[in-house]
Amino acid sequence: MLKIISLNGLKHIERKFKREVLSNLSESNNYAFLCRHCSKAVQQSKTSLPYSKGQDAKLALKQKGKRQKNIPFVKELFLGRFDKEMLLFPELDKYEDVEHLNELIAPVERFFTENVDSQSIDIEGEIPKELIRQLGELGLFGQQIPHEYGGLELDATGYARMAEVTAMDASVAVTFAGHQAIGLKGILIAGTREQKEKYLPKLATGEQLAAFCLTEPSSGSDAASIQTRATLSEDGKTFHLNGGKIWITNGGIADVFTVFAKTEVTDEQGNREDKMTAFIVERAFGGITSGKPEDKLGIRGSNTCEVHFDNTPVPIENVLGEVGGGFKIAMNILNSGRFSMGSSGAGMLKKLIGFAAEHAISRTQFKEKLMNFGLIQEKFSTMAVTTYAMESMAYLTALNLDSYVEPDLSVEAAIVKVFSSEGCWNCASESLQVLGGLGYMKTYPYERYLRDARILMIFEGTNEILRLFIAMNCLKYAGKELKEFQKLLRNPLKNPSAMFLFMRKMSSRKPKKVMHLNEELHPTLQHEAWMLEQWTQYLEKAVQKLLRQYGNSIIDEQFHLKRLADMAIDLYAMTACIGRTSRSLCMGLKNNDHEKTMTQLFCKEAVHRLENNFEAIMSGDQSNGDDLRRQIAEKVFTEHGYAASHPLTKNKF
Amino acid sequence: MSGLRILVGCKRVIDYAVKVRVRPDKLGVVTEGVKHSMNPFDEIAVEEAVRLKEKKLASEIIVASCGPQQNQETLRTALAMGADKAIHVLVEDKDYSNLQPIHVSKLLAKIAAEEKVDIVLLGKQAIDDDCNQTGQMLAAILDWPQGTFASKVVKKDGSLDVTREVDGGLETINIKLPAVITTDLRLNEPRYATLPNIMKAKKKPLTTKKPSDYGVEIKSSHQVLSVEDPPTREAGQKVESVDLLVAKLKEAGFMKS
Repeated sequence: MLKIISLNGLKHIERKFKREVLSNLSESNNYAFLCRHCSKAVQQSKTSLPYSKGQDAKLALKQKGKRQKNIPFVKELFLGRFDKEMLLFPELDKYEDVEHLNELIAPVERFFTENVDSQSIDIEGEIPKELIRQLGELGLFGQQIPHEYGGLELDATGYARMAEVTAMDASVAVTFAGHQAIGLKGILIAGTREQKEKYLPKLATGEQLAAFCLTEPSSGSDAASIQTRATLSEDGKTFHLNGGKIWITNGGIADVFTVFAKTEVTDEQGNREDKMTAFIVERAFGGITSGKPEDKLGIRGSNTCEVHFDNTPVPIENVLGEVGGGFKIAMNILNSGRFSMGSSGAGMLKKLIGFAAEHAISRTQFKEKLMNFGLIQEKFSTMAVTTYAMESMAYLTALNLDSYVEPDLSVEAAIVKVFSSEGCWNCASESLQVLGGLGYMKTYPYERYLRDARILMIFEGTNEILRLFIAMNCLKYAGKELKEFQKLLRNPLKNPSAMFLFMRKMSSRKPKKVMHLNEELHPTLQHEAWMLEQWTQYLEKAVQKLLRQYGNSIIDEQFHLKRLADMAIDLYAMTACIGRTSRSLCMGLKNNDHEKTMTQLFCKEAVHRLENNFEAIMSGDQSNGDDLRRQIAEKVFTEHGYAASHPLTKNKF
Repeated sequence: MSGLRILVGCKRVIDYAVKVRVRPDKLGVVTEGVKHSMNPFDEIAVEEAVRLKEKKLASEIIVASCGPQQNQETLRTALAMGADKAIHVLVEDKDYSNLQPIHVSKLLAKIAAEEKVDIVLLGKQAIDDDCNQTGQMLAAILDWPQGTFASKVVKKDGSLDVTREVDGGLETINIKLPAVITTDLRLNEPRYATLPNIMKAKKKPLTTKKPSDYGVEIKSSHQVLSVEDPPTREAGQKVESVDLLVAKLKEAGFMKS
């Protein structure tokens, strides 16, 4: 007897119910999945809902209830465990929610197309005050601020969607980000009710702008080493800020600053130490000077400058969070906005691909249209696939962020940032290349998009730091559990069966099909499901090898940490693409076959990279070239530059 | 004196920036998956109504649209711009191809009477069919005066001074209320719907009706035979002198030899 299950119909049942149902089914031999191929009628008719009336009750149940905590997906991958939930690409609860977001997007897109002159903003190096006022009127400065303070109260998904549109002008996008993704985010996350009531209303309308002040001349990536000090006055009512910050976005135009400074903290034992504290500082407090705007390569319209604090008085009511708790707040702030780089990058690339495609379709050389040449086709397929992966990861992360009360997606957000920044840079370069000489000229926007894209790899945490962050966080997580096995290794006879299983897992070089990932997916994605499972198991092996070899000093092995991070990035990207494609196939979305093709190519290329990284890890420093790399770098530093003798050098004989 | 009640008609059309393509069956243009938005002239009409309300000359703005389910997006945009309530006359996809200005004007006439409006503001024409008929037909059905191609509207006591853009220049007429006005390009510049207003618009009332509720039957009186692209523009010719130009024009038969 065939049991036909509509995968789509199960969509609105609680995920764990679905897993139980699916796992029960897998035990029986007679079942088939019939994914609902959307008939033309379903596609066109908005009233035909993809779930039966009987499941309305369950839907209502799910709607209001956010689950508490998620399984940290990428961290679990390092233990060879794949949380299948990640393959169920999430979606907004109601069709109306999607419609509502689209209604919000439309006027903003129109405004940007008609009113934002990106070329002149780039040349002048400034966003006109009038434009800032209009953007404020539109409501764009309060995207994540709650309704009660005058904001739009967009959740992560809404914010990500809006970022796709504001990315049309990078200077404007960065001004927004500096203001709300980091500048005032601290007040949203850690502010008291009084602080929120006092500052958020004016920040929501753009009447006042915010800035995030952390970086100093001697403290970039090493944020904990900042030297700006806040000293408490005698009467304990005021802190005085002294120090200087550099490269502060909106530094010259902001009225409200989130400033991080060192404060002397005394703990219970009476020991005194310097800890970071976050403060809300108003320009009106006095003693604040901004330097002149920096002349930058890209995002030239965004105001970036030095901000100096000279005995600036800050009332203790303006301490954000707790005295001494600033570092954690800083990290939370930075973690919370990161994922949106995926959607803003995708938004920008979609535009670029469109422009470049028009050119390739119409331009003729050698009596052929450019689009018929293989090298051009390769560029477009790379750009399309990169954009697809970026988009999929961004929304997978954003939708999941919105589904949990206490989400732990910091590693995933970092992955999105690293992939998106590099993807944008490479694809902007490729789209410029398609236009050849024309792309190089300032009359076309490609060179501006390329210049604007370069900063993405640097700010919000350099990609180098984020790769280390990804690897170390996951290793720490995995290491905790592997410690148990270490104990086992020291005393193998204590638990022989566990020991036996562990040894068997370690020795078998080839991964085995045990996860049944394909059951969560559309039947045509079997091969991709297997690739995911295989490489999760290989990642686990690589992790175990490195932890065994280096133990705690793995922290210094940055070549390997980078490889682990890259493997994690590829696996997360593959998961996002495969999950999204599966959903598109099941729902019969337009061009879902195209999505499948892109996912297939992405997985093929990702597996190549995974193979290379894995081999390099497993084969050791002498085989993978790391030893050579270290030697070469050392020589360059000893010689203070390039060290080889000039090729024309001759011996005087 | 209590404020005027205004009815504004909106049509959902293919966005002006989209490159329109003819359907393979040559009976229309491709509309599926194509970006749509409110007819630009209708936006001007909504803007004018909102400005009258801001000047405290109008007390309520009702927007109406006839078409399939998607027309609700257009109505919500109008609500976000400042309208107070919306009426959606639901015309199913299969009937929509038969919907003509004659039907729309009959529907709007019934709505205008039901809602007891003083002014009906419409765009002068829709950018998809360029009919330029609805406003005029509506005025005839209601037996109200009309001010078409309005580039300026000033309220007087019980009447309106309407400046019209006509071929000869500008003509100003005074029409008694209640009246029908159709808007032209230079009447005003429509505002962008701000995001907070879009969110507030969700709470404004939007009622859905059927053409039969107003006793109107959507029956087509004509049939589209074919839709074709305009002929592709051919390359011109460059000539060196005026004499040569005249010679060529005579050759082509554009000038009497």
